[in-house]
Amino acid sequence: MNRFVWPLIAVAALLVFLVMGLRHGDPRALPSPFIGKPAPEFELPTLKNPEVTVGTDNLAGKYALVNVWATWCVMCRSEHPFLMQLAQRKAIPIYGINWRDSRPDAIRWLDQLGDPYVASAYDEDGRVGIDWGVYGAPETFLIDPEGTVIYKHLGPLDPQVWEREFVARMNQREADQ
Amino acid sequence: MIPEIGQFALILALSLAVCQAVLPLMGAHRGDAAMMGVGRTAAAGQFVFVAVAFGCLIWAFLSDDFSVLYVANHSQLSLPTMYKVSAVWGAHEGSLLMWILILAGWTLAVSRFSSGLPDAFAARVIGVLGVLSVGFLLFALLTSNPFERLVPAAADGGDLNPLLQDPGLAIHPPLLYIGYVGFSVAFAFAIAAMLSGDLDRTWAKWTRPWTTVAWMFLTLGIALGSWWAYYELGWGGWWFWDAVENASFMPWLVGTALIHSLAVTEKRGLFKSWTLLLAITAFSLSLLGTFLVRSGIIVSVHAFATDPTRGFFILAFLAIVVIGALTLYAWRAPSLDSDAGFSLLSRETFLLLNNVLLVVAAALVLIGTLSPLVIEMATGGKISIGPPWFNVAFLVPTLPLIVLVGMGMHVAWRKQSKSAWLRTLRVPAIAAAVLGIVVPLFIYGRESILLFVGTTASAWIVISALIPIVRSVRRTDGSSGITRSVLGMSVAHLGLGLFVIGVTIVSAFSVESDRALSPGESIEVAGYEFEMQGLRNVQGPNFSAIEAEIEIRDDGEYVATLRPQKRQYLVQKSWMTEAGIYPGLDKDLFVALGDQLGNGGWSVRIQYKPMIRFIWLGALVMALGGLIAITDRRYRVKVRKESEAVAAGAEATA
Repeated sequence: MNRFVWPLIAVAALLVFLVMGLRHGDPRALPSPFIGKPAPEFELPTLKNPEVTVGTDNLAGKYALVNVWATWCVMCRSEHPFLMQLAQRKAIPIYGINWRDSRPDAIRWLDQLGDPYVASAYDEDGRVGIDWGVYGAPETFLIDPEGTVIYKHLGPLDPQVWEREFVARMNQREADQ
Repeated sequence: MIPEIGQFALILALSLAVCQAVLPLMGAHRGDAAMMGVGRTAAAGQFVFVAVAFGCLIWAFLSDDFSVLYVANHSQLSLPTMYKVSAVWGAHEGSLLMWILILAGWTLAVSRFSSGLPDAFAARVIGVLGVLSVGFLLFALLTSNPFERLVPAAADGGDLNPLLQDPGLAIHPPLLYIGYVGFSVAFAFAIAAMLSGDLDRTWAKWTRPWTTVAWMFLTLGIALGSWWAYYELGWGGWWFWDAVENASFMPWLVGTALIHSLAVTEKRGLFKSWTLLLAITAFSLSLLGTFLVRSGIIVSVHAFATDPTRGFFILAFLAIVVIGALTLYAWRAPSLDSDAGFSLLSRETFLLLNNVLLVVAAALVLIGTLSPLVIEMATGGKISIGPPWFNVAFLVPTLPLIVLVGMGMHVAWRKQSKSAWLRTLRVPAIAAAVLGIVVPLFIYGRESILLFVGTTASAWIVISALIPIVRSVRRTDGSSGITRSVLGMSVAHLGLGLFVIGVTIVSAFSVESDRALSPGESIEVAGYEFEMQGLRNVQGPNFSAIEAEIEIRDDGEYVATLRPQKRQYLVQKSWMTEAGIYPGLDKDLFVALGDQLGNGGWSVRIQYKPMIRFIWLGALVMALGGLIAITDRRYRVKVRKESEAVAAGAEATA
């Protein structure tokens, strides 16, 4: 074998390594340290009424979605119709965390586009967002009846994602028990 | 409608790229002149359609067409016009389109200025570039279509990442890409030469100016990126060994090696197979960089939006291109024999060492860049390897390298008489050693081995680079006495010397201080007094900011007033630091606002950065050296001879 084959071998090895690196995991799946753990505690005033609070206590005893949204977020607008569908079908209670937003803007948004949320927490300075490890809106967390985070989705929800990632996980969990 | 025209133009460009890839290569194989001739026409057509697509995307941004997904995600109504244009290449899809446009531009330039090449050779070069165009156009159309519609359209966009809203970063990617993509020309020349089997030195001569131009732009692009990081990220650093920076730095290192190796191949007919390998490697590293940045395989502060399908596509393309090229290489390279020898003390030896050290440096950067991936696969954690490792590892090959530069410049080809060489070196060596002691000790008041080596080596490079320039200027007979090639080399090395001096001094003598400061208070850093005179709110087109006014005094004497800002961009709600910098050749004074503290004060980062400008000045001078080198007579003479030959031919037929 001539020595000029060595670069080819080295590169082939590097490529195999890179393929393994890519297959190793979806790079989009930022490891969320929260999955499988209890949902981080929070209690915040609701968007519509600052006197009333919403928090981890409200999530207990049922499957629930926690959806992080904001009016400045374009992708939130694009997933909003699907959230409305979910709410109308009564598929699952959806709790919102209105994240780093302005209260009047957010209320106007819900008045205009409809309100899919059981309640929206108003996280003005993004503190709860930090506790929940939010990278950017929209993000949606699936919480089980014990209050454990079983899935986190980055980016807008749509019917495919809903069936594939959320419904499948809830069924799986039911089957396991 | 316009976005659809853009997409249609891209599809047409792809069809033309296929013609450009297939027909000239087949024509060159069969010796069919008509088929070879298609290459130039198809390349021109491909460029036109890619340019139309690019224009359509710019138009979509300028007209705030938020029904285009890419525009909706990366622009916004109140974004200043200049940034609406630069937002075109602010993210993955658009920057890929720009990459394609630049590739088409290089191809066009090669096909215009290749009239001196044998037809079959030119056809193969254009064909290989066509193959690359096909790959990238398919990549864009299949995985990263910038013209994808958003239904229903958004009322307003998500805004361009505020980090990118800066004039420096608006022109940084184009420069960088011209450099990156420019190495595809050297790659295409190498493949064409191997395909034809005709690997004499003329191949190296043709490749040289193209490689130098690409290298020049890459140098400028990297320097601009470093400068931007310095004033925009607010940390005051100028290089972070981030995966994305490394992605541009590895091709630069190998490209620099290639330039030197090409010189040997052209002048002496040596290192042929090595030069071919470098040409393949430089471009492969550009592709690898693209893969690393766009696949999300490595966590980086400024990686593009990630998508595994994109990663697989580039990886497949990378595999086809690189494995194809290296297979060809393994087949052809053994037949290359060097027809000349050289003695130990000769320019060849020094250039060989230069090449080895530069390639080792590039390999170290590659290892450092990929190691987080290794660790992740082994342990499952996502980590990022830190600058401390790079700073040490990188010095291992580069310290000897800068010492060798000063010696190697004055060594003749083939064989150098030792005594004459030592005579030339004596004065610069003594002067440099003296400066190596005097500058750190008497100006900055401290000395260490690393400082001595850094200062001495850079002073030596500067002095020995100036020798040929000064000699040429002092000639009285009016002729310059040196070729532009040699002058360019000297200027580029002068730039390297300035760069090394800047790096040495700034890393040893920077002063950095994080303090709390309230209006009316003042603190002293590095002998300068910084007084915060007040804070006020400022309203920008798409941001609101808090601006501090900080007066700097030296011994009570007024130096400057800096106005660092903390900006909040209204759409993305993100906070950006706009540092206040008082620039000077001898030092920069740098003030950045940190966070608001409870008592009306602010945490303020104040930095004293001696000679940091030399880093970018050095890079600029290096690029200038490249510019001088490509104006060398032998490239111009060739063109003139050919045009005369063409004229003579025209007369003969008339």
